[in-house]
Amino acid sequence: MRTCLVVDDSSVVRKIARRILEELDFQIIEAEDGEKALEACKQNLPDAILLDWNMPVMDGYEFLGNLRSMPGGSQPKVVFCTTENDIDHISRALHAGANEYIMKPFDKDIVAAKFQEVGLIDQMLPASA
Amino acid sequence: MNQADYEYLRKLLKDHSGLDLSADKQYLIESRLLPLARKSGLSDISEVVQKLRGGSSSLVTQVVEAMTTNETFFFRDKAPFDHFRDSIMPEILKARANRKAVRIWCAAGSTGQEPYSLAMCVKEMGARLNGWRVEILATDISQEVLEKSKAGVYSQFEVQRGLPIQMLVKYFKQNGDLWQINSDIRAMVQHRKFNLLHDFPQLGTFDIVFCRNVLIYFDQDAKINIFARLAKAMEPDGFLVLGAAETVVGLTDVFKPFPDRRGLYRPSGMVGASAKAGSTTWPKLSAAAGL
Repeated sequence: MRTCLVVDDSSVVRKIARRILEELDFQIIEAEDGEKALEACKQNLPDAILLDWNMPVMDGYEFLGNLRSMPGGSQPKVVFCTTENDIDHISRALHAGANEYIMKPFDKDIVAAKFQEVGLIDQMLPASA
Repeated sequence: MNQADYEYLRKLLKDHSGLDLSADKQYLIESRLLPLARKSGLSDISEVVQKLRGGSSSLVTQVVEAMTTNETFFFRDKAPFDHFRDSIMPEILKARANRKAVRIWCAAGSTGQEPYSLAMCVKEMGARLNGWRVEILATDISQEVLEKSKAGVYSQFEVQRGLPIQMLVKYFKQNGDLWQINSDIRAMVQHRKFNLLHDFPQLGTFDIVFCRNVLIYFDQDAKINIFARLAKAMEPDGFLVLGAAETVVGLTDVFKPFPDRRGLYRPSGMVGASAKAGSTTWPKLSAAAGL
C-alpha cells in the first residue's frame, strides 16, 4: 500500500485529508508542522506528501527545501495544499520542487485529480452515462 | 411532478434538442428545472409546463439549455488528449504537410474546457506548428454556456479539476478567486451556437471532431443519423473522438475504431489505409488564429 504523509497544523484538515486519501487506498501518516514531517521522512520516505504552507515551527516551503536536499528526498511526490492561492506562491512552490498544488478549499475530486496528475493513482474509470 | 407534465417535457426536449430521457428521469428534470422555475418566478415544475404550453418560446430555450448543460472539466478523461497529441496530430502533421492547415470541431464545447484544452495542447506543440493554420470551432446548443466559454473565466474549483498546475501558471491570469485563460488561447477558439440535429454543411469540413458525452443523450436513430452526417462533414482521413462511454459499434459502419486507442475512430476505409489529404472547404467563420 502506498503511503502519504499529511502535513497540516489543523487537525480538522488532516482528518478530512486522511478520509479522502484512505478512500484512494493510501496509508496515512500525519505531521502537524514541517519539522515533525522532516523527522517522519528521515525514518521512512512516503510515496506522497500533502503539504500545507503556513505552519508553526517550520512552514511547508522550508520543509520542501529540506526534503529535496536530503538523500532520496527527490522521490516523494509533493502536493501543496494551502490557502496561499496566488500565482507567486504557486510559482515559488513549483521552483522549489513541488509536483502539484491544491488551493484550499478542496474536495475529493480535486485531490484525486491532482494525485492522478502526478501519477500517484491510476486514471479513474469514467462513470458510464 | 405528474405523469402528463413529465411526458410533455420529454417530448418537448426530444423535439427541440434530441435529448432522449428514459421514463424514470423525473429527478433529473426536477434538479435542473426547479432552479430555473424560481429564477422565472414560477413555483414548481407544473407551472413551468403550464407556461410552456402557453407558448413561451424563450422559456423553451431556457428549459432546453438547463437540461442539456453537462459537467465538463479540463483534459477530461486525459486519454483523448494523449491520443490528440501522440496519435492524431503526428499523423495530421504528415498528411497536411503541404496545406499546413487543420480544422478541429468540438461538437459539444460546453463551457470551454474541452476546446481550450485542445488549444493548450496545440500551443504545447510549439515550433512544429509554425506557419500552420489551426482552427478550433466550439459549438453548443446553449447560448449561456457559449458565453461562459467565450469569456474563459473559471472558478478556483474548475481550474483544479484536470488542469495540471504548470498549465494553470502558464496559460491563465488570476483575478481574485477567478482565473481567466490567456487571450492568445481564447483567440484560437471560435464559438458558434449550434444544434446537432441541424445540418452540418454550413460548418465546413473537419480533420478532427471531438464529440464527447453528448450522444449519450440521443436515441438510437438520432445517433445513427448524427454519425452519418458527421462522416460527411469530415475529411476521409480525419479523426473522430467520442466519450469514454460511447461507441459507434453496433450503430453504424461509417466509422471504425482506431486500434488500441479507446474512444478514437476514423471514417471507414481509412483504418489501415495510407493517409490522403482531401479538399477542406473553408467556410466563412471568421479568421482562424494564426500561430
